[in-house]
Amino acid sequence: MGQQPITFVRQVVALCCFPELLDSPGFPDDAKQRAQRILQGCGGRSLGSYSASQGVECIRQDIAAYIQQRDQGVPADWDNVFLTTGASDGIMSILKLLVSGQGESRTGVMIPIPQYPLYSAAISELEAVQVNYYLDEDECWALDVRELQQRYQDAKQHCQPRVLCIINPGNPTGQVQDKKCIEEVLHFAYEENLFVMSDEVYQDNVYSPDCQFHSFKKVLYEMGPEYFNSVELASFHSTSKGYTGECGFRGGYMEVLNMDPEVKAQLVKMLSVRLCPPVSGQAAMDVIVNPPKPHEPSYAQFTKEKNLVLDALAQKAKMTEEILNSVPGIKCNPVQGAMYAFPQIFIPPRAIQEAQALSMAPDMLYCLRLLEETGICVVPGSGFGQREGTFHFRMTILPSTEKLKILLTKVKDFHLKFLQEYSAQETTQENQHRET
Amino acid sequence: MSILRDISPNVRNIRHSELLALGRQACGIKEKLKQGVRKPYKEVIDVSWGDPHRTGVKPLSFVRQVLAACLYPQLVNSDTLPVDVRQRAQRLLGACKGGSVGSYSPTRGIADIQHNVSKFISQRDGGVPSVPENIFLTSGSQVAIMHILNILVNSEGQPRTGVLTPVPGYSSANMALEGLGGAIVPYYLNEELCWELQIDELRRALQSAKGVCNPVALYVINPGNPTGHIQSRKSMEEVIQFVSQEKLFLLADEVYQDNVFGEGSEFVSYKRVLAEMGPPFSDTVELASFHSVSKGLMGECGLRGGYVELVNLDPNVMKYTFTLFSTDSGAAVTGQIALDLMVNPVQPGDPSYPLYNKETQHIRTMQVHNAKRVTEVLNSLPGFSCQPVKGGAFAFPRVHLPPRAIQKAKEEGMPPDHFYCSRLLEDTGLLVSPGCEHGQREGTHHIGFCIMTPVDILEEVLRRLARFHTQFMKDFSSTERLE
Repeated sequence: MGQQPITFVRQVVALCCFPELLDSPGFPDDAKQRAQRILQGCGGRSLGSYSASQGVECIRQDIAAYIQQRDQGVPADWDNVFLTTGASDGIMSILKLLVSGQGESRTGVMIPIPQYPLYSAAISELEAVQVNYYLDEDECWALDVRELQQRYQDAKQHCQPRVLCIINPGNPTGQVQDKKCIEEVLHFAYEENLFVMSDEVYQDNVYSPDCQFHSFKKVLYEMGPEYFNSVELASFHSTSKGYTGECGFRGGYMEVLNMDPEVKAQLVKMLSVRLCPPVSGQAAMDVIVNPPKPHEPSYAQFTKEKNLVLDALAQKAKMTEEILNSVPGIKCNPVQGAMYAFPQIFIPPRAIQEAQALSMAPDMLYCLRLLEETGICVVPGSGFGQREGTFHFRMTILPSTEKLKILLTKVKDFHLKFLQEYSAQETTQENQHRET
Repeated sequence: MSILRDISPNVRNIRHSELLALGRQACGIKEKLKQGVRKPYKEVIDVSWGDPHRTGVKPLSFVRQVLAACLYPQLVNSDTLPVDVRQRAQRLLGACKGGSVGSYSPTRGIADIQHNVSKFISQRDGGVPSVPENIFLTSGSQVAIMHILNILVNSEGQPRTGVLTPVPGYSSANMALEGLGGAIVPYYLNEELCWELQIDELRRALQSAKGVCNPVALYVINPGNPTGHIQSRKSMEEVIQFVSQEKLFLLADEVYQDNVFGEGSEFVSYKRVLAEMGPPFSDTVELASFHSVSKGLMGECGLRGGYVELVNLDPNVMKYTFTLFSTDSGAAVTGQIALDLMVNPVQPGDPSYPLYNKETQHIRTMQVHNAKRVTEVLNSLPGFSCQPVKGGAFAFPRVHLPPRAIQKAKEEGMPPDHFYCSRLLEDTGLLVSPGCEHGQREGTHHIGFCIMTPVDILEEVLRRLARFHTQFMKDFSSTERLE
């Protein structure tokens, strides 16, 4: 999307790739030192050697140290850290591990609506039971624990709900859960003995000044030992988001908490089947959890680049929300975090009918028309799930500010035109109706 | 807390890996060595995996230079790197969305690379056409194998879906099958005939599956893993006739196709043989061929680059295949770049060619030398018999364990060749793979180790092995020895 990679990340991975560059004056010492540490942990000192299936040991240790620091001292054991091929690999693996039972005892997996469709795809593939819980659009996509409780009780009639998935910050919604909400969710999970999967890949993408990222693990710790030592939790992170945006590296990790040792052994066994995650992605993940420190040569440039990306994203988040909200028929919740706007769009009844006649979701029709008429590609809300009768689309806020402004203006123009096109004749019909 | 009983039965049914257990033992030893504990050796040598870099083989310079330039494009404009490296990196970056290796790539892979793979296949197969849309680039061939098995195996079905798999074979593929709830239908390769695949044995295996499971596919590895056997064209034609007759899907794992060095041995792809057999076979036999950057001359296991080419699949099945592959969010771009460099290598006349040629020649010579040396040394040791190694990355010699060793292993609760490998590791620091990991005929025992190693490392491997083996056989053959 035009976002520049972080120089330091690329330097370290390039050095790992072609260690002859360690002799080149063109690379800073802190990058070289990290590359050497990573290579020391690789078989034959090469990125080309299989790592252990859980990942390169020193990288796992670095990740544990990062988590501990991020969570202000909450202890992290590197033995609970697993490198993964993107967060998706970790999410799929945990779900694969946990889905069992038959008929009424088949594992139910609770997922937010709207959701990132990997979850529904995984549930479908594993033939688990999908248990939807709705985020509250009127409350800025907040998660209400009473909704969780209700859906859980309903689901118990036909399956065994055992897993609770949360995406925080949310995709596609961008909401950042507050600490109280996370506590309530964890309390609920504790009460009902649920395995919590917290997808935290957007933890570095928080824009709203009123919001703060709280890791599920930290909140759990602060709830006391009874919770911290019992609630099963898997937290996921990735190189794809944040300020690095390295999607193509397929880098990620998961940290598991309170997993029965025998179950953990099964997890390790299962992960070994896919051999290991790409070592270059593991290296990128290592740099993200171990960035330049203030006294290091690359610190200034690294910080500058990072802030440039995050500041721009925050700016774009605000701008997108504002412009979309200025359009009659579009309502956009504040983009508190992540990388998306997920506005609700009013689709006139005639357009809904036309979509039905074409056997497609109304927001799909909308998006196809938008694509054809403006070249702008967004994803219909039906792809993520939404309350019956509501329509949305998801767009990223990733293009440059200038491009985004132009894009949003085009969306605005399209929407007004769309409303007009599908309202006009209806108005005439209504008039006719009234006259008779 | 979730307990064992709550987790997926398919995951629980995945076999326990003896090699993983030995790996843990090796970690323990490495830790002790780091702490300064004295042992008869200074370091652990791990040749248990088909992982050349782990053993000390160097990556190809051109590959790493291009990768570095793709990762850090500032190198494209500096003259730190040769001009053909920079040109190739530029071309590859141009093929990536946004000119960056950090972008998600499409489900089938970066289009240019997908097309190059297709061209390579066609060229390799003497002009047999290859369609890019039937090719999926993946983060290693193992991911592709797992996806294709996922399509074939009905995880909750009764009876279970069966796949015929070779013994000895590739344990990760077997584990993948088990993880999906599939059943392994073993067919035994003939050790006395240099690990040949025999059709009668396939028939016997298929017959044995009756009433036990529903066999849907035949998995062949050519060149063999760990056997190194190279299939003859005639044998391949028989296999194709067999799968056609029995309506089995053919899974051809061909990742070692560039590791062929036996005199008179030549690799030909299943796709080519199938095409050249003509109709009805060429139009109907369903085939998935797998390849990877992990083996061959590159040995880039950690980059995770592989592909699968699908032949004669029903278009509706292809649709679902596409959806399944899309859940990966694309293959690792570094692996895809390595794939491009594998299928489109440096050519004579290119500035990097002399170095590239020197490095690849060195690896080829090393393979030939190692294969010969290993068979020579092992066959000179009483208690070992090693078939000639014609291809692949391993030696897989038979160890004729004395009854007392087998007894001791039973007492310690482990398979006899695991016991042998465990003692070998403890006494010499040498980690090899036990035959039970790959499967073998009942009552036989083997070890497997990588021969894609630098010549001097192989000498050290053989030295440690020979010394240990001689002592081990003495210890467990002697009748006077007290327990």
